[in-house]
Amino acid sequence: MFLINCPYCGERDQSEFSSGGEAHIVRPKQPTELSDDQWAEYLFMRKNIKGVQFERWNHTHGCRKWFNVVRDTSNDIIHAVYKMGEKPPVK
Amino acid sequence: MSKNLRTTNNKFIDQTSRISFKFDGKKLYGFKGDTLASALLANNIHLVGRSFKYHRPRGIMTCGSEEPNAILQVGNDPSMTEPNTRATEIEIYEGLEASSQNCWPSVNFDLGAVNNFFSPLIPAAFYYKTFMWPANFWKLYEYFIRKSAGLGKSPTEPDKDIYDQRYLHCDVLIVGGGISGIMAAKTAAKNNLNTVLIDDKNTLGGTTIFQENECYKINNLYSNKWLKKEIETLKSFKNLTIKTRTSLAAYHNYNYLLARENLTDHLDLNEKKDKIRQRLWKIRSKKVIIATGAMERPLIFNNNDRPGIILSSSIKKYIDYYGVKCGQKVSLFTNNDSAYETAISLNNSGVTVNSIVDIRDKTNSLIVKEVDKLGIKIHWKSSVVNTNGYKKINSIEIMKLSDDGAAVVGKKIKVECDCLGISGGWTPRVHLFTQSGGKLKFRIEDNVFLPDKSKLDQISIGSCNGDFELDEVIKNSVYLTNKFLEINNNDYENLEIISSKEINKKNIWLLPSDKPLGKTKPFLDFQNDSTANDIKLALREGFKSIEHVKRYTTTGMATDQGKLSNMHALGIIAETAGVKMGELGTTTFRPPYTPLTFGAIVGRNVGKFFDITRKTPMHDWHVENKAKFENVGQWKRAWYYPKDNENMYEAVQRESKAARDSSGILDASTLGKIDIQGSDASEFLNRVYTNAWSKLEIGKCRYGLMLNEDGMVYDDGVTTRLSENHYLMTTTTGGAANVLSKLEDYLQTEWPELDVYLTSVTDHYGTVSICGPNSKKILSKVIPDLVLSDEEFPHMSFKNALIDNIKCRVMRISFTGELSYEINIQSSYVKSVWEKCIDAGKEFDITPYGTETMHLLRAEKGFIITGQDTDGTMTPVDLQMDWIISKKKYDFIGKRSLYRSDTIREDRKQLVGLLTEDPKEILEEGAQIVAETNKKPIEMIGHVTSSYFSPNLNKSIALAVVKNGKKLKGQKMFVPMKDKTINVTITDTVFLDKENKRLNA
Repeated sequence: MFLINCPYCGERDQSEFSSGGEAHIVRPKQPTELSDDQWAEYLFMRKNIKGVQFERWNHTHGCRKWFNVVRDTSNDIIHAVYKMGEKPPVK
Repeated sequence: MSKNLRTTNNKFIDQTSRISFKFDGKKLYGFKGDTLASALLANNIHLVGRSFKYHRPRGIMTCGSEEPNAILQVGNDPSMTEPNTRATEIEIYEGLEASSQNCWPSVNFDLGAVNNFFSPLIPAAFYYKTFMWPANFWKLYEYFIRKSAGLGKSPTEPDKDIYDQRYLHCDVLIVGGGISGIMAAKTAAKNNLNTVLIDDKNTLGGTTIFQENECYKINNLYSNKWLKKEIETLKSFKNLTIKTRTSLAAYHNYNYLLARENLTDHLDLNEKKDKIRQRLWKIRSKKVIIATGAMERPLIFNNNDRPGIILSSSIKKYIDYYGVKCGQKVSLFTNNDSAYETAISLNNSGVTVNSIVDIRDKTNSLIVKEVDKLGIKIHWKSSVVNTNGYKKINSIEIMKLSDDGAAVVGKKIKVECDCLGISGGWTPRVHLFTQSGGKLKFRIEDNVFLPDKSKLDQISIGSCNGDFELDEVIKNSVYLTNKFLEINNNDYENLEIISSKEINKKNIWLLPSDKPLGKTKPFLDFQNDSTANDIKLALREGFKSIEHVKRYTTTGMATDQGKLSNMHALGIIAETAGVKMGELGTTTFRPPYTPLTFGAIVGRNVGKFFDITRKTPMHDWHVENKAKFENVGQWKRAWYYPKDNENMYEAVQRESKAARDSSGILDASTLGKIDIQGSDASEFLNRVYTNAWSKLEIGKCRYGLMLNEDGMVYDDGVTTRLSENHYLMTTTTGGAANVLSKLEDYLQTEWPELDVYLTSVTDHYGTVSICGPNSKKILSKVIPDLVLSDEEFPHMSFKNALIDNIKCRVMRISFTGELSYEINIQSSYVKSVWEKCIDAGKEFDITPYGTETMHLLRAEKGFIITGQDTDGTMTPVDLQMDWIISKKKYDFIGKRSLYRSDTIREDRKQLVGLLTEDPKEILEEGAQIVAETNKKPIEMIGHVTSSYFSPNLNKSIALAVVKNGKKLKGQKMFVPMKDKTINVTITDTVFLDKENKRLNA
């Protein structure tokens, strides 16, 4: 159970949040122009890194805002938290 | 109580307060402050249980949470009896009843002990190997194995005790109230840190608090006296919270810890009532100091498991703390100096120590010299090769060790004793440290694993950090605490410390005997009955990983989680396999450190507090009118309203007929309602639904189907355009929360440019739905001002209206295929509107109907229920709802997936109707559908999703999903059941009123 520093509310217990998987996967603007393979790449393929991973989190039981988290999956250390639309910090 | 087993000058036991308790039905006495173990020992009861496999007699072996043998059943109330409790941790109270486990008919005469004689036939993994074949005999074997396995008995009735949970936040948490923990707590508290000190015992002070020995002094005081004064000073700190009887169960990431506080377990039976039994503390601490101390190790030698063989340090605690003599004639067997402390304590209390067997060469430390002065016989460089006595030890056999320690030599000496204290050195309690993700390092000199690297803000101090001598403990704890807290407390500088220093260290994991290994019983895991021989057998059979050996031999897998046995198992594996112990690593220590009750884990979340119950505003009306309820998510929904002695089938048939013949009324308040506003609301709906929304006129309603991005149907419902930029969306009852989250996700992350605001209004409005040919007449009585003509108020439109000056919204929409109106009004008015409608409908025999009738009526019309007729693998095309997919829209959620190679396959399962050959035969929902019954294996081509007997059609109807179903219309299929095969025909999904005439009836 880790602590997450919600960019809108501050530090809160993990139990208030839900994870939304890998971050920075942008929904294609013109899906109809994609091949099956290209669409499948967007739809299904997600990284599962042991180490530093960029993730989406939602403050479900708080402000209900989505934001991004840079988390090391091997030890749950959170390196950075930033709002949707903001540029990810450089490693 | 045998009086001669108690000393009289004891400070920790209140000998004026006698307590009676029962053990195995026999009434016994102890004193306030006793544990069950100390009270039993004071009554000269050592034999308390039988071992798991061989049913060997076993006695109390320790004085703490590592106890492997004294595992008892406490209490005989069927709701509160507790199995597998450690006698060493239970404080006795008036009315306590405890009994032995794993023995029949009694602990003194146990028939299972016959296993002991067959023990050569029951090696490690005996059960795995023997009961493998023939495979179909397993059922028979299992019955007998289950009967003989297991320890205590579970309660058979719900727990009546109250449990609680609370959060606690602090600057520093100190786990363990021994000498280092107390110094750390004082240091932290003195520097204004919000400090919490917890200890699992009822008094602070650890083992130092009863250490009254010339060899251990601080500032010219016995170490116990010095520590007592320190503990006194703690009381003055308001920022220090001390919790005794509180056991740390788990240490998680980010310094999140769980601790269980025992509040009433030590109270008399009549004082426990109505009080909280245990509280689980959920602690978040900025810094954590672990001061959990160390556990004494046993020694592994032949027949080391007899009652009366007790850890040396435990014998010391029993005599010094509880004033209980574990024997009258005690021998000690050791590889280190700490047994000599025990010898001095016993001698001070008048107990004869007739010999000390030490595997080391003669050593001359301060404490050994003290013991030498007492004239106690010390057998240097010797080992105990055997013990005698079945239910209680009566003698030991001693032989000299060879120079390499691998064998015994010379003459065997027999020494009579009624208790043998054993000490194999110390194991730091690093469990919490490793639970928190810390890595261990190995110290070769005394074979201990010590805390090394941790990523959390924590330290380990004292003997759990490998400091075993008093002067080292003090010096290093003070230094580490100051550094860790970044403060400089000089209270403990310049202390004058006298501390005996251990000079000579020696360790032999498996002590030799004069008998060959196969003929001896050197127990390793006392509770699971695994011996050193079992470990060696596992290695011979090719197991290499410590984790595999553990599981194969079950070493360390009993309720004590191998607290005593793990180090020796590792040592023997390392030795036998010729690897270094540090490289072998340890098995994983998992939480909880000691068993937790389920009660503490669930806390208050029992019964009606287990989950939220949501009720609609007219719930009370349903109750008054004898509705049966069904759970839909957290909602209680009226299921059907039985009249007289109707069963569910009869009630539903009546309700369904009435709704189509005259009028029915349904509580539809649970449907999810989302208020959508903003200048881009229409565009937003265009993107989330499959059909087009831009051209929907204000005041009109439209049914929409929502897909996942993978093209599968996710939810459905009717959305109404209230004004230019204002919509009211309805969702399924169960899907409401998820739909809102999904829409929020898209709005916040994919389309932040859209000006749209979503608000859940499910609880703010209630919904009364009236349907049937007479619904128009009823509504006109309830809202006389409303013009209800088809021209003015057609199907799929909405009107604002007033009922007694209260605003409401009326939608003319239908889920039954009948003429139907839904009144949405603020929740607080819903019940009165509902009753108004019932009153107005009396002359038309208005019939309240529940969810079951609603399901039946919509099935007659072939309307789907998402989640029942769909399961996350159905596209709109599979549902034969191609009409709802807009061809013009460039994009919507899931659109691209609708023409992936997989979603355009022709042989996907598709929604169809089913009619049974015998119209009276009702199919079972979930029943499998096959095309032919002869070819084996029979291919399942689909299953029934909805099935009812339709009173309006007077025949059975069903919806099903069938492979390639669209093309199979008119074909005969089979539904094989347990006792018969039902013939069915695939049909269209709409069974009633295909022309939709009834909507305008």
